[in-house]
Amino acid sequence: MRISATLIVAATLVLAAGTYALRVAGPLLRDKIELPANLERLMGVATVVLLAALVATAALLDGDGFAGIARPAGVAVAGVLAWRKAPFVVVIVAAAGTAALLRLLGVP
Amino acid sequence: MRSIWRTLDPRVARDIALVCLAGAIVGASFGAITVSVGLPFWLPSLLSVLVFAGAAQFAFVGILAAGGTPLAAAVAGLLINARHVPFGFAIADVLGAQRLRRFVGSHLMIDESVAFALAQDDPKQRRAAYWMCGVGLFICWNLGVLVGAFGGRVISDTDTFGLDAAFPAVLLALVLPSLRERPTQRAALAGVVIALVSAPFVPAGLPVLLALAGVLVSWRSSHARKEPAA
Repeated sequence: MRISATLIVAATLVLAAGTYALRVAGPLLRDKIELPANLERLMGVATVVLLAALVATAALLDGDGFAGIARPAGVAVAGVLAWRKAPFVVVIVAAAGTAALLRLLGVP
Repeated sequence: MRSIWRTLDPRVARDIALVCLAGAIVGASFGAITVSVGLPFWLPSLLSVLVFAGAAQFAFVGILAAGGTPLAAAVAGLLINARHVPFGFAIADVLGAQRLRRFVGSHLMIDESVAFALAQDDPKQRRAAYWMCGVGLFICWNLGVLVGAFGGRVISDTDTFGLDAAFPAVLLALVLPSLRERPTQRAALAGVVIALVSAPFVPAGLPVLLALAGVLVSWRSSHARKEPAA
């Protein structure tokens, strides 16, 4: 691959600086803006919604297409175990184990 | 700062350690993949220290590997990282008012540290979980990347171990307890549907931002609840 190293470094710095700006925006602006109480409650809901959407897209999609069966199955098993209040370690190991086992059996 | 470590519930600390271990393995695969597609050996570490956001880093490298321009790779990464703006507003209280903590803590803002903080009830536990997860993953992720970039192809396909299922499972386990109330459940469900339906049509990163519109559902239902039930 022949892309100039300078260009790659420049792009990395753009991504790094931009990402930091996105991260620091909330903590810096939070004091400056006075938010009504119900909007503040919605902020908590927004984080939950965002994380739930991340879980769904990461579990079901790979790029533009479907992630196959093994990964969603692993996450589903984790969901049931977490719902039943299984210990965190069990939940995560079960998710990885289910997906790994299904792949071992040839399930995509 | 030392008191923060002592504050943390040992069970939460153990959970965070497990996520850090998984992060190190995925980091190693990131390092190995980046070098194996012909990109410079220093790139995975440069990205991991300065950007510290797994999904954006994989996208950045993927676009370069597919022959895309570095600028296109940076823009795609930024779009994926846009979710940190709402995260930042939600987590501002956890970081507190002290300038240094705010500026350093912001760099440690990742899905996992935000989710671990969210899962704790007590403000002190929130802060301790956020910092331990952020610092722990920063160290493990970067060590993993370094090993992967130099150690070659020991681990290049983490899917074999099901780690691609482990990370959504981490976030799911952490977010589930917050889904107790009806309005929040409805909002999350609406957000999930919006994200999944929009994903084929918009660039990566946007679906989860569009999902925020799901919050409106909780807004509406919390107002509707004030009206007498029929």
